[in-house]
Amino acid sequence: MWIYEKKLEYPVRVCRPNPRLAKDVITQYGGPDGELSASLRYLTQRYTMPTNQAIATLTDIGTEELAHMEIVAALVYQLVKDAPLHQIIEAGLDGYFSDHDRAVFWVNSEGVPWTAAYVQSKGDPIADLHEDMAAEEKARATYENLINLSDDPDVTDVLRFLRAREVVHFQRFGETLMRVQDYLQCKKVY
Amino acid sequence: MNKEQVELLQKLRALEFTAIDLNLFLDTHPECQEALHDYNRIVKELADVRCAYEAKFGPTLNFGLSESKMGWRWIDGPWPWQAGY
Ligand SMILES: [Fe+2]
Repeated sequence: MWIYEKKLEYPVRVCRPNPRLAKDVITQYGGPDGELSASLRYLTQRYTMPTNQAIATLTDIGTEELAHMEIVAALVYQLVKDAPLHQIIEAGLDGYFSDHDRAVFWVNSEGVPWTAAYVQSKGDPIADLHEDMAAEEKARATYENLINLSDDPDVTDVLRFLRAREVVHFQRFGETLMRVQDYLQCKKVY
Repeated sequence: MNKEQVELLQKLRALEFTAIDLNLFLDTHPECQEALHDYNRIVKELADVRCAYEAKFGPTLNFGLSESKMGWRWIDGPWPWQAGY
């Protein structure tokens, strides 16, 4: 069960349209290392985790990633909402506009739609947790690229928040991996 | 959204963020009494701020977790992704 809370985890207030930046940021919505991949990966891997502790971590981080997906959507939405058509064309978003107008859709910066092939659910907790740690580092690296590409301080501020969360998630997955390894080791001994 | 609503919402957001971070920490450090104590304290503070916010600006949660005393205000905007939230 999930409950919706009528607020963003971190506020998004963009002052001027910037479809060029929207085109970059959208990859964290529907790109390989984006928030849709993150949330769905953790929320589906949790079913076959061997310990209650690991299930809790995947449930909670997966849930926070859903909130991050909403933050990224808010960024994209506000960056294109009032953008004039000529700006959209100059940004190279005209192909996107043909299919989606100014709606938010899961694509990467080059317009490639999201695919489940970006994620894995292996049924092997050690393999899955290693994937999760790598996913957090890839998301962190993507946010750093986006921070370098951003020319809007309001957007950069939000990207910094999201980047910092990936670092925390990486840490928690690392701790979970150690706990799961200990658990599997104990099971072998007895 | 007026200044008072923005400020109260920011207070709610800050407290809930602390709760999120402590929650994740406790998931991998369930034996840490200090974090557990902080978490339980934040839960109380968060409930008070939520109560104050909702009395003025309507429910923040759906599906029975927030009362809607003055009419059905869940459907009122602005929604979170609209500017100024
Ligand atoms: Fe993350």
